[in-house]
Amino acid sequence: MTPRRCLLALSTSLTLALTLAGPALADEIWVTNELDDTISVIDVDTLAVTATYPTGQRPRGVTFSRDFSRLYICASDSNAVQVMDPETGEILHDLPSGADPEQFVISPDDRLLYIANEDDAITTVVDTESRKVVAQIDVGIEPEGMGISPDGKIQITTSETTNMAHWIDTETQQIIANTLVDSRPRHAEFSPDGKELWVSAEVGGTVSIFDVATQAELAKISFALPNIRPEKLQPVGMRFSPDGARVFVALGPADHIAVVDVATRAVTDYILVGRRVWHLAFSPDNTKLFTTNGVSGDVTVIDVASLTPVKTIKVGRFPWGASARPTD
Amino acid sequence: MFRWLSAPLACIAVAGNAASAEQVRIDLIERQVTPPPILSNLIAPPPDLGVAGARVALSDIATTGRFLGHEYRLNETIVAPDDDFLAAARAALADGARLMVVKAPPADLLALADLPDAAGAVIFNTAAPDDSLRGDDCRANVLHTTPSLSMRADALSQFALKKQWTDLAMVHGPNPEDAAFADAIRASLTKFGIGLKGEADWKFDADMRRVASAEVPLFTQDLPEHDMLIVADERGDFGRYIAYNTWQARPLAGSEGIMPRGWSPVVENWGAAQLQGRFRDAAHRDMLVQDFGAWAAVAAIGEAVTRAGTADPGALRDYILSDQFRLAGFLGTPLSFRGWDGQMRQPIPLVTERAVVNVAPLEGFLHQRSELDTLGTDLPSTTCTKFGVAR
Repeated sequence: MTPRRCLLALSTSLTLALTLAGPALADEIWVTNELDDTISVIDVDTLAVTATYPTGQRPRGVTFSRDFSRLYICASDSNAVQVMDPETGEILHDLPSGADPEQFVISPDDRLLYIANEDDAITTVVDTESRKVVAQIDVGIEPEGMGISPDGKIQITTSETTNMAHWIDTETQQIIANTLVDSRPRHAEFSPDGKELWVSAEVGGTVSIFDVATQAELAKISFALPNIRPEKLQPVGMRFSPDGARVFVALGPADHIAVVDVATRAVTDYILVGRRVWHLAFSPDNTKLFTTNGVSGDVTVIDVASLTPVKTIKVGRFPWGASARPTD
Repeated sequence: MFRWLSAPLACIAVAGNAASAEQVRIDLIERQVTPPPILSNLIAPPPDLGVAGARVALSDIATTGRFLGHEYRLNETIVAPDDDFLAAARAALADGARLMVVKAPPADLLALADLPDAAGAVIFNTAAPDDSLRGDDCRANVLHTTPSLSMRADALSQFALKKQWTDLAMVHGPNPEDAAFADAIRASLTKFGIGLKGEADWKFDADMRRVASAEVPLFTQDLPEHDMLIVADERGDFGRYIAYNTWQARPLAGSEGIMPRGWSPVVENWGAAQLQGRFRDAAHRDMLVQDFGAWAAVAAIGEAVTRAGTADPGALRDYILSDQFRLAGFLGTPLSFRGWDGQMRQPIPLVTERAVVNVAPLEGFLHQRSELDTLGTDLPSTTCTKFGVAR
């Protein structure tokens, strides 16, 4: 295992150097296939799979660098984060990740990856440039959900078995608070304005909303669908709409996406998708939402304006993570 | 490898819970039993069966406890086959044990539960599957984290119905456990309206590793036409020699073939792979159903202490039996406890040696309260009166 480097004080300036690519001609959604050790590339216009690239073992979490020049892949059973060139599908190199990386989040300055090491109860912080581990932070058992505030100052790791959101100060790489959530938290998302933190609890069946400034719980959202047993309504992946008005919540084995109105906290719609829906990604133009459906091995495309599913795309076995890439 | 948290407590702020380190004592008490002889020389039960599950759960909840200011301690009392179980139980109670995780035969379990000091204790039965312990012999201070025989039998009946393999035959061994399982199967088949076409008693005492291919075809030849053959061999004695030796080519079920089990090393979905991995790292072997029973008991205590914010046994029992209680048990559906007999509601995986074939309750078996209550004794038919729940 990676030797542990404790808490280098990082004085990273967290300026946001985000240059979006030009007009998108063939935007893409990249989807990890957990049980095929591949990644599928979906063309957002034609809604067809245009490429399938091999990855390390059990790829799950996936995200682009903020300039979209690199794709980071959690190859959980290879104990590595892989760096792929999205132009060629070639694995450029591995980053040290700690054991069993499941999910991660990249800092707004595009430099640091915060990685959840599911089997070791650690959050590993890796510098993507020097390719070195800069910190390892002890968190609860089975860390998974990873979020970072838009200003980059707070990183959230949720631990599935400890049932907590751990608030990490990115300046000191220390935990500053731990908040209890319902059973088996899976995912953490900050609102685009950075004021709210949303945490989904798979077994608890709820989404908890926290005030970022005080870490106080503001609200808790529950779900209900006729003809589906309540225990099956298991919130996992979440995404804010870019305007921050709505949150789309994947409900796992309930095979639905819930649409939550942020202002009223009300669930306004449920959208039927494929079986065991894990995660979601918006198309770069925000008109379509793509969901990974683990058990049915496909991706559902939702038209965001009408909130209706428009197409199902076959990918590999157990699609898990999804990330969008605008292309020139 | 498991890593302890080293974050200094001083820098930890916990929202809404300002508890100082509160000690939570959990006692594991095991009555060791000399394993009965079986035909195969290959299989021996691991010496830490059950205990190992409790230890892994303790590690899990200790982490949460560290963040919340709860300090869990696990005292292990292992009573050798010839030693006095009740004396050891008495001593533990006198020493202050009130949250007890017990692996013992029914008679010892009940004797412990009936001790005066145990009146305010919460006792988890992690290993005894007898339906009587959830029925006429239930105790208000005993909860059950291992499935009853009737829950396992009902899981198998649901599977048979789903497959439309509804003409069944059964062979059963000579031991009391076999008779109890066979009884549960018969009752369940009646409940689900499935026909049992014929039965045969296993009486052979020859060494089946040598003569199974000659004896088993004759033994099963007289059974009437059936879709699936149920084997009641709870010790794992002769059942393994039935497969592929039957007169007719039929799948096996029950103690062999497709087996309804509270847990199995082949369960991997719903995050179970992580629990199996933690267990293997700690115990250096596969996690078995008795380990899961002890794991679930300790995990339930941890969940209740965390949510109820107390270590008082009475308050914990109330919370565990309440509608709020939900335990993440890696079986796809949250675990809870039945208010009328203290049985943990749990899905029953139907497994072979290598894979999960299905998980009961199967899709389509509906219930007005929880579909998990389609397995085992439901409220209207319980004979347990100690929990004060009106039928």
